[in-house]
Amino acid sequence: MNSPSHATAFATDAVVTASAASDFVAAPELPDILPPVKVRRGLVGFLWRHPAIAIGGALVATMLLIALLAPWLGTVDPTTVAPARRIREPSAAFWFGTDMLGRDIYSRVLYGARVSLGVGFFVALLASLAGLAIGLVSGFLRWADGFVMRVMDGVMSIPPILLAIALMALTRGSVGNVITAITIAEIPRVSRLVRSVVLSLREQPYVDAAVAAGTRTVTILLRHILPNTVAPMTVQATYVCASAMIVEAILSFIGAGTPPTIPSWGNIMAEGRALWQVKPYIVFFPAIFLSVTVLAVNLLGDGLRDALDPRMKKRL
Amino acid sequence: MLNYVVRRILATIPVMAVVALFVFSLLYIAPGDPAAIVAGDQATPADVERIRESLGLDRPFLVRFGEWVWQILHGDLGTSIFTNLPVATMIAQRIEPTLSLMAVTLILAVSVAVPIGVVAAWKADTLIDRGIMALAVLGFSVPVFVVGYLLAYVFALELDWLPVQGYTQLREGLWPWLENLILPAIALGCVYIALIARVTRATMLEVLQQDYIRTARAKGIGQGGILFLHALKNAAVPIVTVIGIGIALLIGGAVVTETVFAIPGIGRLTVDAILRRDYPVIQGIVLLFSFIYVLVNLLIDLLYTLLDPRIRY
Repeated sequence: MNSPSHATAFATDAVVTASAASDFVAAPELPDILPPVKVRRGLVGFLWRHPAIAIGGALVATMLLIALLAPWLGTVDPTTVAPARRIREPSAAFWFGTDMLGRDIYSRVLYGARVSLGVGFFVALLASLAGLAIGLVSGFLRWADGFVMRVMDGVMSIPPILLAIALMALTRGSVGNVITAITIAEIPRVSRLVRSVVLSLREQPYVDAAVAAGTRTVTILLRHILPNTVAPMTVQATYVCASAMIVEAILSFIGAGTPPTIPSWGNIMAEGRALWQVKPYIVFFPAIFLSVTVLAVNLLGDGLRDALDPRMKKRL
Repeated sequence: MLNYVVRRILATIPVMAVVALFVFSLLYIAPGDPAAIVAGDQATPADVERIRESLGLDRPFLVRFGEWVWQILHGDLGTSIFTNLPVATMIAQRIEPTLSLMAVTLILAVSVAVPIGVVAAWKADTLIDRGIMALAVLGFSVPVFVVGYLLAYVFALELDWLPVQGYTQLREGLWPWLENLILPAIALGCVYIALIARVTRATMLEVLQQDYIRTARAKGIGQGGILFLHALKNAAVPIVTVIGIGIALLIGGAVVTETVFAIPGIGRLTVDAILRRDYPVIQGIVLLFSFIYVLVNLLIDLLYTLLDPRIRY
């Protein structure tokens, strides 16, 4: 922009204006018709411009606080069985009522947030790391690409919930195994995304330059390719997190997930299944928490997508 | 063209091989001793050995895999540990409700999602568009069993318009059959509708910017004609692709929907098999539905040339 010709043109302009000023009466100052534009900066401005991130983030933060502070939010031990007060409707003493074993549903739902958020977070983290490794290798090493992608195509052809069910049928129910099973089902999708990003990045001139300069492949991958996958990966990770929370609830709901001794939203709903026509509140309280949490994570993901890649905004 | 069809059909063979190998390997990559887990906590060592033998875990991996593939090629999906019936027979007995549910959901979802996606693209960045896209995010977020319970509670228990649960076979009449499937199909369709509507909107937005749309408008073709005849036809390929990919959502969601609405289909069979730790049944179901998924997507790939004559192979 700062070409010499520009600078010259500007200088002549200034001279003309200066000489004209002495001959003519100065124009009256224009009234300030434009309202002052208030540009919000910093975090507040960012959240103001991206309401989806603000709302989603606030809801996720609330759920996180609920999960962390569960013992101090007026809960009792979520596993205490009390047959004397079975199936009580919601009341002042039992905000969300009690289940068939007399356990306090409010406490169970609050503690259940730990399982859902934990599974969502760890699946997102592990699937992202594994998918990143596979996608980077497959996208950059031509000879590995064909084989790796055929394997991923095959694994992707197995509906993820069925794959997770099959894995859970072969292991003992535990939160760790649920996380592993859902992660395995999610890896192919993440790998495909990373691979497509890498494929477009490797055509960039700066990668060619690095290759020409004799940079080792590992260094190119880590220093030039990896940082550019962070934005799409972050967005993808939130979607994986949302999907993992739903799959965890589904697995627990059909009896193939978290062991029944651990309160999780899916487990509470599974226990309320037999009674739902007469006591629908047992199913509805965990259902509301699950839906709101997943919605919040999805909103956060959509907001991040728009913020990190404005070109995508108009598309999906 | 024929050349392409043959090549495309042959290309599914390695995918199916990977599916089979992966489903088979699950028994071997699972941590711990799968025979002991399948046998259950009360099993005697003799029970565990019997299960190990019936799962073929006592023989080398490759030998067992070869036998297993040979069996599958002959239509034998294994034998249930619990009922001793062939898995293929058990699936055949339960497949009608599941296929019915999936078919009704598919028809419902496509006939709802495509028009609302088109409208969202037409009214892009207006309140209508925002509303539809907000509903789509909601559709992605509310799990299928939550929608299921909500629908059953409102429309079956409170309003008493439709049956709460159960299934009636198609041969007993169209309405009794359909009546039981409406609520499950809506519940199962939500995610699918959201997915198809989003892709329809995105593709339509691109197509609507093309020159031939301006030409059509200049010729005086009405808005409906432009949207549904000129634009939608050219947006068909990505929409049909996502309909095919979304079948995986339907298959997974059907398991849960059947549990909520007490439909005696493959979903119920799966849940029963989980409770009984009847692994051969689960393996058979996973394999069969993965193959169905691959075949559906093969069919869609072959349909592309019909949908868009510009695509030549």
